[in-house]
Amino acid sequence: MLSFLARRLGLLIPTFLGVTLLTFALIRLIPGDPVEVMMGERRLDPQAHAEAMHRLGLDRPLHEQYLSYLGQLARGDLGQSLRTHESVWSEFASLFPATVELAGAALLLASVLGLLAGVVAALKRGTPLDHGTMGLALTGYSMPIFWWALILIMFFSVQLGWTPVSGRLDLLYDVEPVTGFMLIDTLLSDERGAFLDALRHLILPAIVLGTIPLAVIARMTRSAMLEVLREDYLRAARARGLSPARLVFVHALRNALVPVLTVFGLQVGSLLSGAVLTETLFSWPGIGKWLIEAIGARDYPVVQNGILLIAALVVLVNVVVDILYGLANPRIRHRQ
Amino acid sequence: MPRRPTALLLAGLLAGAVQAAPSSLVVCTEASPEGFDVVQYTAAASADASAETVFDRLLRFAPGGTELLPALAERWEVSADGLEYTFQLRRGVRFQRTSWFVPSREFNADDVIWSFRRQIDPQHPWHRLSPRGFPYAESMAVGELIRRIDRLDDHRVRFVLRYPEAPFLANLAMGFASIYSAEYADRLLATGTPERLNSQPLGTGPFVFERYEKDAQVRFRRNPDYWDGAPAIERLIFAITPEPNVRVQKLKAGDCQIALYPRPVDLPGLRRDPRIAVLEDEPLLIAYIGINTRHPPLDDVRVRQALNLAVDKAAYLRAQFGEGGASPAVAPYPPSLWGSDPALAGWPHDPARARALLAEAGHAQGLKLSIWTRAGGGPTNPNPAIGAQLLQADLAAVGIQAEIRVLEWGELIKRAKNGEHDLVFMGWAGDNGDPDNFLTPNLSCVAAASGENQAGWCNEPFDALLREARRATDQAQRAALYRRALAIFHEQAPWIPLAHPREFAAVRRDIEGFVISPLGTNNFAGVRRTPASDPE
Repeated sequence: MLSFLARRLGLLIPTFLGVTLLTFALIRLIPGDPVEVMMGERRLDPQAHAEAMHRLGLDRPLHEQYLSYLGQLARGDLGQSLRTHESVWSEFASLFPATVELAGAALLLASVLGLLAGVVAALKRGTPLDHGTMGLALTGYSMPIFWWALILIMFFSVQLGWTPVSGRLDLLYDVEPVTGFMLIDTLLSDERGAFLDALRHLILPAIVLGTIPLAVIARMTRSAMLEVLREDYLRAARARGLSPARLVFVHALRNALVPVLTVFGLQVGSLLSGAVLTETLFSWPGIGKWLIEAIGARDYPVVQNGILLIAALVVLVNVVVDILYGLANPRIRHRQ
Repeated sequence: MPRRPTALLLAGLLAGAVQAAPSSLVVCTEASPEGFDVVQYTAAASADASAETVFDRLLRFAPGGTELLPALAERWEVSADGLEYTFQLRRGVRFQRTSWFVPSREFNADDVIWSFRRQIDPQHPWHRLSPRGFPYAESMAVGELIRRIDRLDDHRVRFVLRYPEAPFLANLAMGFASIYSAEYADRLLATGTPERLNSQPLGTGPFVFERYEKDAQVRFRRNPDYWDGAPAIERLIFAITPEPNVRVQKLKAGDCQIALYPRPVDLPGLRRDPRIAVLEDEPLLIAYIGINTRHPPLDDVRVRQALNLAVDKAAYLRAQFGEGGASPAVAPYPPSLWGSDPALAGWPHDPARARALLAEAGHAQGLKLSIWTRAGGGPTNPNPAIGAQLLQADLAAVGIQAEIRVLEWGELIKRAKNGEHDLVFMGWAGDNGDPDNFLTPNLSCVAAASGENQAGWCNEPFDALLREARRATDQAQRAALYRRALAIFHEQAPWIPLAHPREFAAVRRDIEGFVISPLGTNNFAGVRRTPASDPE
């Protein structure tokens, strides 16, 4: 296990070097520069433009810029946003809890319902229940997020008034951010009713964001379950008279979990990197929206280091998933 | 489930004996402010959250207009040669008291001098502390214009200019001319925390900054000491909602009372809603096509006129901005601005005459031109691809073969500056309500030399009129000069003027006193909510 971890960690250095090189190059390949974007519909004369670029250190040769960027990283300095002058780390840290809160709620929803739907569909294979569940899953998987979110908002928020339209909390509540997690902050504050309000704000975005992972997990669980259910050991277990619930949830599901975990890991990675559309539609102040805006503004330090931080997270999640494989399936553990 | 607090608040108020208006105003805004040290930024969303709330300037624009009114300066005198401006400052104006700074003195001449010297004097201790520089002051060459600023006494300052500049007063009402507290700045420098000027702004304005949660909300409370009377709204909250459709839904659900910039397609639905009023105005915007007069045969005025005659402006407006979303342009600035000429008629859509003019210029066999446009839409060009295709079709109808090139906005500006295009779709936003703000940056000979004037058009009689109008200080005289300049512009046709897009805002019916500014900024100091007329 230790050597496995060491190998995984050793791979991190080239991975991160690759990420820095890619983001550094890609953001500069997009035409336009931060100064031009900053001026918007107004236009800057070439001399003032050159001065502004010089002030930002963007007039130096590319390799110099890249090396000084690496030097900065080596000192643990993620730099400052060109737009806001806030440090990239503090911006990330202030927005990340919102993303985690939303992604966590979406994943919880997706995994509970997805596993359940997958198991049911596998057990009732070929029945209308199976076709219905999988049909729904396919629909969910192909749902355009944009449209889905607006439909939900119009129906539940505007027509019925059950849920708020967007945001994380009714703004008439004055809740100081402490942890950045709204569900916790509202509990810490003395605003009454704020926690339930925050919870209600979470419902629609979590459904929208969770729809695709839910569909993926449901379909993955179903096919993995079908494979496992055919195995001899299950037939043997059944023959020994194990209760159906134990049979399904302990013996079958546990073995079916490995491919599901892979999918789960991938989904965690993509959800944590921010759900751009969902965050934009629900005015959810998270990482995805932050990065997209930074790309639009050619905010080089934010794009480079924001992506680096996310890459670090995705790698971390994948390591955790690898470890979980072993826990879920001893055969993998022994092979290590 | 608890009711929404607005509903609770209303219910509580209705139950009580006194009928008071709700004292919070939630505005669904379109973007996050970049920061609060307004002189470093150019986006309207940044100005709304700082210049229009926290700060004041020496002069201000009349609400919903471009007329200049006294603000921190009570009155002013301009010397006969137009070089010296002396301002009498308002007495008894207090800077805001916040949890992070309590001012010890009232506003005076030091604050004015600090606010300007910081931007134009490279030796000033704060000058280098702006990593972004001062984009407005720099692009408007304020540093070259102002020779010096004299402190005559505590409440009088004199600006001495290097050359006469008629739009100077209007410039002083713009966001970058906001007046900061020199005392607060000194304190920040002394404590080694200059960056707080950007995150904890403090001024003399109608609202006191409380807190900004990135990409989520900006909170203000009213300034009880405001020199022009404390606002009726106690708490002002910007709910940052970048998606226009969601802003509209939030307004309908009562989550905000004002939704900025709804899309034209959502307007009919909003107008049908009895709880909502739609406001509209013509901002200082122009969408146009610059004709590169340096590329033959576009140096031939007949060809440029033919291009103007070839374009079906009405169809373009409908496709681009929707019914009622914009008015056709005939001049470089909207007709609502002083210095316009109501008698000036645009070129009609007349393909036959266009063909005749082209033939006369020796192009009966046809022409090949390039059309340059941007990739992503903006306020002056919501759908660049469709616009370019319409132009292409119109030109084809008069025998001109045009090839479309789509470039990203920044790249487009750069290459257009180099003059690589034949025809380029461009836009301009005026921000001080002076015709010069449209003409000099886009159509003067200086701008032709720098490339800002994408037409590369340098017309001596036209340029002489612009220069004369900059020197004159009498508005009627200046307006007459601009009308003459417009006639030359029309006849010489360096642009195809396209449209003046309209601007919209949707508000709940209980909102009073909100007006759209033609300058593209939003001010909520005069807004009040009437009691209980809002059916939740």
